[in-house]
Amino acid sequence: MIRIPCPHCGLRDHSEFTYLGDATVSRPPDDDAGDWTSGSRWSHYLYARDNPRGIHEEFWHHGWGCRAWLVVTRNTATHEVIDSKLAREREVQS
Amino acid sequence: MNRRLPDGGRIDRTQPVRFRFNGKEYGGFLGDTLASALLANGVLLVARSFKYHRPRGIWSAGAEEPNALVTVGTGARREPNTRATTVEIYDGLVANSQNAWPSVGFDIGAINNLLSRFFSAGFYYKTFMWPGARGWRIYEHFIRRAAGMGKVAKTADPDRYERIEAFCDLLIVGSGPAGIAAAQTAARSGVRVILVDENAEHGGSIARGAIDHASELREWASGALAELAGLPDVTVLSRCTAFGYYDGNVLGLVERVSDHLAAAEEGMPRQRHWIVRARQVVLATGAIERPLLFANNDLPGIMSASAAHCYLSEFAVCPGGEVVIYTNNDSAYSTALAFAPHASVTLVDTRAEPAPKLLAACRRADVIVRTGAVIRRAIGSRRVRAVAIENYANIGCDLLLTAGGWTPTIALHSQAGGRPVYAAESQCFLPGVARESWVAAGACNGAFDTPTCLEQGRFAATRAIEAIGVTPATIVIPACTTRGDMIPGPQPVPHGKCFVDMQNDVTTDDLDLASREGYRSAELLKRYTTLGMGTDQGKTSNVNALSLLAKSRSESVPDIGVTTFRPPYTAVTMGAIAGRKQGRHILPTRVTPLHNWNEQHGALMSDAGLWKRALAYPRGDENRQAAAIREAAHVRSAVGTCDVSTLGKIDIQGPDAKEFLERLYVNRWSNIKPGKARYGVMLQDDGFVFDDGTTSCLDENHYFMTTTTDRAEPVLRNIEYLLQVVWPQLRVHVCDMTDQWAGIAVAGPRSRESLQPLFADAITSLPFMGVVDVSYGGQTVRVVRISFSGELGYEVYAPSGIGEELVQELYLKNDSPGIAPYGLDAMDILRIEKGHVTGAEIDGNRTLADLGLARMARSDNRFLGAAMMKRPGLVDDRRPQLVGLEPLDPAQAISAGSHLVVESRPREPSASLGEISSACFSPALNRHIGLGFLRGGEGLHDSIVYAANPLGGTHIAVRVVSPHFFDDKGERLRG
Ligand SMILES: [Zn+2]
Repeated sequence: MIRIPCPHCGLRDHSEFTYLGDATVSRPPDDDAGDWTSGSRWSHYLYARDNPRGIHEEFWHHGWGCRAWLVVTRNTATHEVIDSKLAREREVQS
Repeated sequence: MNRRLPDGGRIDRTQPVRFRFNGKEYGGFLGDTLASALLANGVLLVARSFKYHRPRGIWSAGAEEPNALVTVGTGARREPNTRATTVEIYDGLVANSQNAWPSVGFDIGAINNLLSRFFSAGFYYKTFMWPGARGWRIYEHFIRRAAGMGKVAKTADPDRYERIEAFCDLLIVGSGPAGIAAAQTAARSGVRVILVDENAEHGGSIARGAIDHASELREWASGALAELAGLPDVTVLSRCTAFGYYDGNVLGLVERVSDHLAAAEEGMPRQRHWIVRARQVVLATGAIERPLLFANNDLPGIMSASAAHCYLSEFAVCPGGEVVIYTNNDSAYSTALAFAPHASVTLVDTRAEPAPKLLAACRRADVIVRTGAVIRRAIGSRRVRAVAIENYANIGCDLLLTAGGWTPTIALHSQAGGRPVYAAESQCFLPGVARESWVAAGACNGAFDTPTCLEQGRFAATRAIEAIGVTPATIVIPACTTRGDMIPGPQPVPHGKCFVDMQNDVTTDDLDLASREGYRSAELLKRYTTLGMGTDQGKTSNVNALSLLAKSRSESVPDIGVTTFRPPYTAVTMGAIAGRKQGRHILPTRVTPLHNWNEQHGALMSDAGLWKRALAYPRGDENRQAAAIREAAHVRSAVGTCDVSTLGKIDIQGPDAKEFLERLYVNRWSNIKPGKARYGVMLQDDGFVFDDGTTSCLDENHYFMTTTTDRAEPVLRNIEYLLQVVWPQLRVHVCDMTDQWAGIAVAGPRSRESLQPLFADAITSLPFMGVVDVSYGGQTVRVVRISFSGELGYEVYAPSGIGEELVQELYLKNDSPGIAPYGLDAMDILRIEKGHVTGAEIDGNRTLADLGLARMARSDNRFLGAAMMKRPGLVDDRRPQLVGLEPLDPAQAISAGSHLVVESRPREPSASLGEISSACFSPALNRHIGLGFLRGGEGLHDSIVYAANPLGGTHIAVRVVSPHFFDDKGERLRG
């Protein structure tokens, strides 16, 4: 069982969280609306995912706790959780 | 024959126990295992092997047992594949051999032994794959029956199981010398400790008789255990196996609480599943004695020397009178000396020059020693009679013990760490580099003598405690002597049919064959030969197999590979895993604040996710459909109430709340005014419709959103995602209010007057799509004038605590049957009549246009999904569109799921042009109707298509119509 340190709630079992994907893909700006072509930023954001081995940043949602969205840094090869922070507080992506 | 010694052992001779094995009654004592009691009764043959049905006896005295698998209990409590070596006997215990028919003594399946050349490695793969992919399915049934591993009970498990969520600073697995030293160190340092051992008795090798000068050690161990038991922060568990080491330093343990009792005490579970989150772990799991290999090494009467030593000293059982002990290291000498007073003993040592001190001790005890000697073959048919020794005369014996060195038990270390490391000198694998927070100590860490074990236990605990940041205490370790050189001499190369894996009947020939056929890596070899894949996971066979393979290829063991250990270390019952999560406790049940009221009014309940929802309220002998039709008709003619408390309810507040709604929904929100509600539709990022619902504007900065029941959680989660991740700059807060509000839909031409006695004038002038908070009994009740049924209607939201009271009051003030409850089925009829879409239509694959909602979308593209909703595939006008469907025969029912085709003949191949999503009998129209999706449907009104349901055997002509069957202009709901 992976255990995830929630900045609000402390170290908790992963069963309290929902894994919700890759936190490294950048969401297109809202004014990008209308661009649907297959190579577009929206297509890439929605469908293109790497499957990295090693250190990775992921979204986890503390649905059975404080309901915060976290960015968890995790080693996908060993399941080691290296860091977690509130998604709200991370640097806004470019 | 009685093999029990007149005194000694830790059995309780004052408490005799009667038990049955294979239908025959035997006696033993409290403290006996099934294995020790059978040996005491002279029973050597206890099982038949898996593949060849060879006679098998008891090999070990612990969890590693490959042979003596028995089924314990009867009826619903029958448990197969238990190890006779770990089952404690109690009065009335019933155990039976497996895998033998008609009896373990005469087993027809033993003919497999004569046919063994047909059952060689890869036999299953090669033979039963023919003919083609069907092969295995054809043969599986017969093979499983012939090669069975016992049968499970097919009735519900009557026993109770528990699960405990536990936390500690230091978990110590194994209470041998190393584990006890670690526990004492940790306990005196003031940290929270859990110490577990799989055996009934703590002490490990101290309690298993395999240590010289044990009395001082026993005294120390029992003192230490007594001290630990008295400390509040220390939990000591016996009969508790740590079976899995998981990520995050979480370990799974199973405690056999009452398996050893004839009957569990009141309230006592059978087993307890512990989930332990440990900051640090000390693994002191000990070591298992390896077999030495020779032909017929699997005969009953052949066992590990350490096991026999345990039976002799702990259970006072001397399983034989003429004992041959075969060894390649010093550990067997103490066993030989222990047996010498009770039997004639011959030691066969593969080494040319054992230590003179040991030889002298044997001479003094009349133990004959053959040095530089290699046993080639055991002689006997159903039990060992003699051994054939190279360059020596045969020796008659009725007990043959082998001591092939020690294999550290590193299953947990391997589950939670890097690859095990091969120690060539000790001929075994040692724990690899720790990945999780554990420290190894004792025999599992390659320390095969007690003084080193004690030292390592103390050291491991010290390191673990320092890692936590606590100053470790020091303890005094008792003085004790070493047992000699546990480093084994080389394994002699075996000849003939030697069983490497006794549980799965894998022989040296099988390994040779697999090697010749190119299965070179350890993992492939396992799968091809099934070596190590039995319930014992190769505890006694893995190392021997790898070293044999290495030798035959002149490679080193690590080059062959390392086997990977996976949980569980020993088999865990499904009951223990399930715990109390049985029946209705598998998932939580959500009931609405009106649940009691619904039940009191005869509601037929059904599950909707976790919710219990009322389908209909049948009266008398009315069936579900008749009730729904009556209820729907009643709403259209008078007034009905429906429990809609399961709708998702989200409170949204903040200066940017309106801007947020504008981005969330496809329709316009910037112009909504306080006191008004609005229907909204939201898309997923990918452009498909996500959910719909109504949001009320209570105030410029305060909104109350409802979602569908199904999507309550996904919508909330997505809102939280958007606010926390995508638009953290928006000043908006949301709060889930789903459980705080009871929701009651009040619909029908008389709905307004039915509510007036409760809310007086507050709602009289409430316009369509108006919202008002009214005071009711000192509490705020929210009334929204809104309609899903197409009638004049209201949704009343009351604090959950007064929901039931409010409904009671409503019914009191409106004499029944003027007002009547309606359920989900009636609600479905009403909304199908109106062509309103719900979960059956909004299934994650529909666009706004598919649902006939395209006109709702704003043109500014500033809402979720605006970009992707314009993808070519989503704007294709050949997509199936929402239509109404009427069977040409009004009395003919149509069913959801039917495909829509143009082919009029049933069962003719035909392309599906869409499908029916919802269907019902409409009391308002007095006919069957349905909603569905049809390619180009909006342009096909009035044409005829066919609803094909080949599974139901129906093919029904239906007319395509507008989905708005009833009151198309919406005059009733604005009334
Ligand atoms: Zn949290």
